[in-house]
Amino acid sequence: MATQSAERSDFIKNLGRLYGIYTGGFLAFIVLVALLEMVGVPNKVLGYLFVFFTLAVYAVIGVATRTAQVSEYYVAGRRVPAFYNGMATGADWMSAASFVGMAGTLFLFGYDGIAWVLGWTGGFVLVSILVGPYLRKFGAYTVPDFMSFRFGGNFTRFLAVVVLVCCSFTYVTAQIYGTGLIASRFLGMQFEIAVFAGLVGILLCAMLGGMRAVTWTQIAQYIVLIVAYLTPIIILSTKKYGLPIPEITYGQAIADITAREQEMLRTGLATAASLKPHIEPFINYSPLNFFGIIFCMMVGTASLPHILMRYFTTPSVREARQSVAWSLLFIFLLYFSAPAYAAFSKLEVYTNIIGRDLGQLRPWLFTWGELGLIQICGKNATTLADVAAACKAIAGHPGVVRLQDFVINTDVIVLSTPEIAGLPYVISGLVAAGGLAAALSTADGLLLAIANALSHDIYYKMLDPNAPAIRRLTVARILLFFVAVAAAATAATKPSDILAMVGWAFSLAMAGNFPALVLGIWWKRATSAGAVCGIIAGFGLCLFYLVCTRYFPGAGVAYFGMTSLYNPVTGAPIVDIAKAMALPNAMEHWPTLAHPLANKVGWFGLNNINCGLLGMPLGFLVIYVVSLMTKEPSKEMQAFVDEIRKPRGQTILEEKA
Amino acid sequence: MQQKSNDEIHWKRTRNLMFAHLAVWFFFGYIIHMFVRQLNTITVPYLGFPLGFYMAAQGSLIVFVVMLFVFARQQDKIDRDHGVAEDD
Repeated sequence: MATQSAERSDFIKNLGRLYGIYTGGFLAFIVLVALLEMVGVPNKVLGYLFVFFTLAVYAVIGVATRTAQVSEYYVAGRRVPAFYNGMATGADWMSAASFVGMAGTLFLFGYDGIAWVLGWTGGFVLVSILVGPYLRKFGAYTVPDFMSFRFGGNFTRFLAVVVLVCCSFTYVTAQIYGTGLIASRFLGMQFEIAVFAGLVGILLCAMLGGMRAVTWTQIAQYIVLIVAYLTPIIILSTKKYGLPIPEITYGQAIADITAREQEMLRTGLATAASLKPHIEPFINYSPLNFFGIIFCMMVGTASLPHILMRYFTTPSVREARQSVAWSLLFIFLLYFSAPAYAAFSKLEVYTNIIGRDLGQLRPWLFTWGELGLIQICGKNATTLADVAAACKAIAGHPGVVRLQDFVINTDVIVLSTPEIAGLPYVISGLVAAGGLAAALSTADGLLLAIANALSHDIYYKMLDPNAPAIRRLTVARILLFFVAVAAAATAATKPSDILAMVGWAFSLAMAGNFPALVLGIWWKRATSAGAVCGIIAGFGLCLFYLVCTRYFPGAGVAYFGMTSLYNPVTGAPIVDIAKAMALPNAMEHWPTLAHPLANKVGWFGLNNINCGLLGMPLGFLVIYVVSLMTKEPSKEMQAFVDEIRKPRGQTILEEKA
Repeated sequence: MQQKSNDEIHWKRTRNLMFAHLAVWFFFGYIIHMFVRQLNTITVPYLGFPLGFYMAAQGSLIVFVVMLFVFARQQDKIDRDHGVAEDD
């Protein structure tokens, strides 16, 4: 034992050197691939090199740090220094939605897209101030651990597991969708097969080594993703404005976009209806939905179990707090660059694609068109001839690409920007590897959260409290496998775009967890009955609103008084409800996104991404009222809450190994 | 009794710190963005951003990061003052 812990502390001391060498090696690898490209190695081979090299590195780290010890498996032995835990949390946090989806949304929505940036950074303030350090002091392995202890009993534990599984599963589906998108584009696989190929990479890390392996892999993945994200915009910034700090120069890019917008209007390349000025606020989201998204993403951050459990791994409460600050710093590096990414990308599209003669379109565009992700003149842009034919069918088409002719899926923007800007293919490969790292690292964390909840909370705590450690870990691994396969199967059906899926996960977490977590720590009077009722009411309402508006919109209109969402500029309904309800498929269940009502109805014009906005206040209210109606918690429990509030001393929950 | 009131003061200071930080968080997370149109008439010197856009895209984020480092220090000081901090 003594030699083992000495080995461990050596490892911790050498972390800086190890990851320094790793980063150097990665940069050298990029240079090597760039050289290969210069001597004429085909693009497809370069894509494969990037994907397989990075996957191999993650797998090696995962295997090398695998563990069979319970506390290592669940909380990495609680020895991860604040700085490195911050980096791991950064990778855990930044998913395909941040890497692939966000800049695309900023591209499309301009100012309104920033709601996501604000929401996904400000939430860490709540984590640090309201929740995280207190859970660290409590000493749980999982969030349901805390719920069941504080609110006594296995029923609360079960509810917390339901919330955890619902939100994490929605979230992981989006990640696997993201890996499928990247693999299908850069490896030329069919989307449905690519989804399952991505799984193998995810499972290798999470299955073998639990939290410990995931931690050290996530740090490696953070380095890949941040290098990949910043490289293209640093190059573009230097090329255009002579300064390699895109976060500073994109103020100029925004001014150029605004000028180009005016020019396109003047020369007939855009109509006033198709052009949405980049800096104009509240033309894509109404103020209610804009601030709703900020609020839901912030509160959701402080409620997501896979994020909260990262702060269980620090050596102390003090380091948990510092670690939240480091996390946000590392996340900030990407998030304050995302609007720059969007601006540079938009400027390239406006100058390189809009106004270009149809015969001059460059071939990269058609590889996205074949996946149905870029459309020109209303048809998937698969070949030059198809595009020409589609545009010819439009009366009075001038033969150049106009803004209203060009439709690009938001999930494509980041991945295709290097090609749009005509950068070498090595940059495209690098960005693909970064997107993959972002999706894999988050998927690892999520799958681990789900598997831990099922093996630790359901199997060990509820079904078989005498199960030996080795059997618990085996159960965890088997469950992990099945959950991952189920998520991949769901992802293969393409339920929605990445950002919306992730938004749902946040709202679900917020409605289910936040009131009970916060009141459990900050209000001693909160009782078990209150928490149970509050979770059921808040989470139930949120889930109902989401499922009803997405999958049973006809029933929502017919039975629950839902109306159309509104156009944020004109205030007019976005669908004619009476007309849509008269259609034969109006009452269809589980419709695809093409259904005229799906995601387009609701109460008060509230987008279903913001369903947490309904559920969370109800949760607080119900916990408050029911708690006051029931007998106050025992003196013992109140003393425990006092203990959680003081960093000094033993953790409340001591696990036997 | 002495011990108890020490704990109570510790918790009261912790709570006040929480409210103070939440107020700053609320201001930079929401209030300031309600005035985006008015702020956009001002241009950030040297950088060329409209101020309202800049605050949402960068300004508020910088505030959040700085705030968290400050909070970690302040809360640690409170814990130390009342003898409930962990040993170094």
